[in-house]
Amino acid sequence: MAIDIKMPALSPTMEEGTLAKWLVKEGDQVKSGDIMAEIETDKATMEFEAVDEGTVAKILVAEGTDGVKVGEVIMQLTAEGEDAGSVDAPAQTKDDTAKPDAKADAKKDDGVEDSAHPAQEKVETGARQMFDAAKNDAQVRDPEVPEGTEMVKQTVREALRDAMAEEMRADDRVFVMGEEVAQYQGAYKVTQGLLDEFGDKRVIDTPITEYGFAGVGTGAAMGGLRPIVEFMTFNFAMQAIDHIVNSAAKTNYMSGGQMRCPMVFRGPNGAASRVGAQHSQNYAPWYASVPGLIVIAPYDAADAKGLMKAAIRSEDPVVFLENELLYGRSFEVPKLDDWVLPIGKARTMREGKDVTIVSYSIGVGLALEAAETLAGEGIDAEVIDLRTLRPLDKAAVLTSLAKTNRLVIVEEGWPTCSIASEIAALVMEEGFDDLDAPVLRVCNEDVPLPYAANLEKLALVSADKVVSAVKKVCYRA
Amino acid sequence: MAKAPASSSKAPSAPPPASNRERPDEPRPYEASKEELLQFYHDMLLIRRFEEKAGQLYGLGLIGGFCHLYIGQEAVAVGLQSALTDKDSVITGYRDHGHMLLCGIPPKDVMAELTGRQAGISKGKGGSMHMFSVEHKFYGGHGIVGAQVSLGTGLGFAHKYRGDGGVALAYFGDGAANQGQVYESFNMAELWKLPVIFVIENNQYAMGTSVNRASSEDQLYRRGESFRIPGIQVDGMDVLAARGAAETALEWVRAGKGPIILEMKTYRYRGHSMSDPAKYRSREEVQAVRDKSDPIEHVKKLLEEQGVAEADLKKTEQDIRKIVAEAADFSESTPEPDPKELYTDVLVETY
Repeated sequence: MAIDIKMPALSPTMEEGTLAKWLVKEGDQVKSGDIMAEIETDKATMEFEAVDEGTVAKILVAEGTDGVKVGEVIMQLTAEGEDAGSVDAPAQTKDDTAKPDAKADAKKDDGVEDSAHPAQEKVETGARQMFDAAKNDAQVRDPEVPEGTEMVKQTVREALRDAMAEEMRADDRVFVMGEEVAQYQGAYKVTQGLLDEFGDKRVIDTPITEYGFAGVGTGAAMGGLRPIVEFMTFNFAMQAIDHIVNSAAKTNYMSGGQMRCPMVFRGPNGAASRVGAQHSQNYAPWYASVPGLIVIAPYDAADAKGLMKAAIRSEDPVVFLENELLYGRSFEVPKLDDWVLPIGKARTMREGKDVTIVSYSIGVGLALEAAETLAGEGIDAEVIDLRTLRPLDKAAVLTSLAKTNRLVIVEEGWPTCSIASEIAALVMEEGFDDLDAPVLRVCNEDVPLPYAANLEKLALVSADKVVSAVKKVCYRA
Repeated sequence: MAKAPASSSKAPSAPPPASNRERPDEPRPYEASKEELLQFYHDMLLIRRFEEKAGQLYGLGLIGGFCHLYIGQEAVAVGLQSALTDKDSVITGYRDHGHMLLCGIPPKDVMAELTGRQAGISKGKGGSMHMFSVEHKFYGGHGIVGAQVSLGTGLGFAHKYRGDGGVALAYFGDGAANQGQVYESFNMAELWKLPVIFVIENNQYAMGTSVNRASSEDQLYRRGESFRIPGIQVDGMDVLAARGAAETALEWVRAGKGPIILEMKTYRYRGHSMSDPAKYRSREEVQAVRDKSDPIEHVKKLLEEQGVAEADLKKTEQDIRKIVAEAADFSESTPEPDPKELYTDVLVETY
């Protein structure tokens, strides 16, 4: 009986990839541990190892093929003693005997080295729900885009990279430092290609010493440069938070406006997929509480690009919170020579009259999806993406509230002392007379994020939770 | 005043560990001209009188919060900073008044900051521990123990990145020498051959904890060994030894050989801060250092040996007292910040 070898998933959110290269050919003997192919995703190139012994009977997907779906049969093996010629066409049914094992380059706990699981068994996790919802595009055009501008599809990852590259070309004081940003091309490939273009003077691999290199970056900014400090994730930036808060944020004030810290601290923030409590925290409320910092957390690729360019140009220190689940998501980006967005301005993603849903980062996808569902039930929801969390665009929230008189805040993060709490307080202080119902927060559960798929799903925000909160504030059962 | 002659012994460096790596030469005491010696005397005395006045103003309630005086340690900053050029940058912790004066910042700007006035170098918003002057390449004035070491490494990074030939002088104390980020910085500074001189001002006490109660390796100049950063131990009570060490360190760093550590053995006469009851050491211990090793008395004696008239030294003393008195008067009479300043300088730009 032939063994079907299927396209492996190299990360929990991978849906398809490129079969870059076959390292075996039909008729070859393989044994466990032999590298059979190289598979590329937008994140990384990985080697695909055999776990079964046998002879390569048929190669079903030619090398160089893009868009190979996870779970698609890519080759067949015959076991010892079988005749390679007797192999049947690949079975359409699930074959549990085939468990190819993909091995990613070992690297610091970023969650991409998850072993393969066939697409049919796509686990319904909370992260998966957020990831799927992050396909939702804005329904209304960004007012910042000039009429007639051509739009191109780009991933958030590419948009961030392009933003950095463009600013580095324009200003030689700008450089990038962080763990694996140069030779490895970025733990999440956000800095891909920068080393080749700008060299190792401006794209700098650091040791794993977040406190130290955050301080070195901040000192370099004090000394007149414009550093971009990448944290592999913001979970690790807790080691460096002293420099972000005490050294970068407070210096301009403490020096009476003489000494500036123009720099960007950036990296993924919030829950990824199944990486557990220590790698899944949203730090937006922490940084947004600090006077002296700018805090940006974009949702789509156009905002990621336009706001990253603005962040690099800003004279103030910026905490730029990205999201790992969004990196691979594609959105329309305006094709303009210099696409820079204003910091501190929210964006209306969808217009509506019955209720306002305010969110940021990955929560925006959920809000848009919920709005779609609600539209089918006769509730017309307006969706606001805050984009910048400090300074907060209070006017955008209050203006929308004045129109809809109902407010739900969606945040992928803990509820206590959250951005959602802050907006609820803002509305009590400045929008009370516009409220027809209490403000509701839709946040993660107030627990460390669990690993188990079912528990993780229960802990994270979802579009369903948004839908029920909206119905509640609209007094619709 | 102390009568005993100051020790002029050579720097008490232990022999470097056997190694085939290149090491800096043993520094020699600086051979100062009479003019230079007069300048050292002037600068050390200015710091001493300034700090004494700050202590008085603190006692009168004109200076609030924390106030860390540099009295006793003057030879360190004077010796080292006299060797710098205007390309170089300086950063230190919260015991920063003396270093600032040596960067050329007017005493009245510093004193007015201590009293929290609009005319202070930070418009009264920083206070004793948080003062900066980009114009004078003085980058603080940092209140978090050890933070200035990473930041100073970043200043060195910026010098190298720009290729401006400058060196960053990053001061920290024996207490900060145990902070983790110091070693993270050592690692990067040597890895990237950054032009940084790490100056450990070992005044023997981190607040009330003596070095050997807190440091498993109490010979702090050796703390860079596992990062391949050479270290030199220097008599920080002798301005000529300090200047000599600065020459050696600058030559090493400017030649592109990477960072270097100078452990300056010194002593603070006053408490850690103004509120320190100083129960951790005896009055006799302090008095003995004052009598035997005072850095200012040492230079005064050298000047007398070179035939400088007593009257000339008196004149210097009078000039300094006048500058300090004017700074103090200014700092008491100049107005507090306008209430509107509460909201300025939080961010540079308007969003």
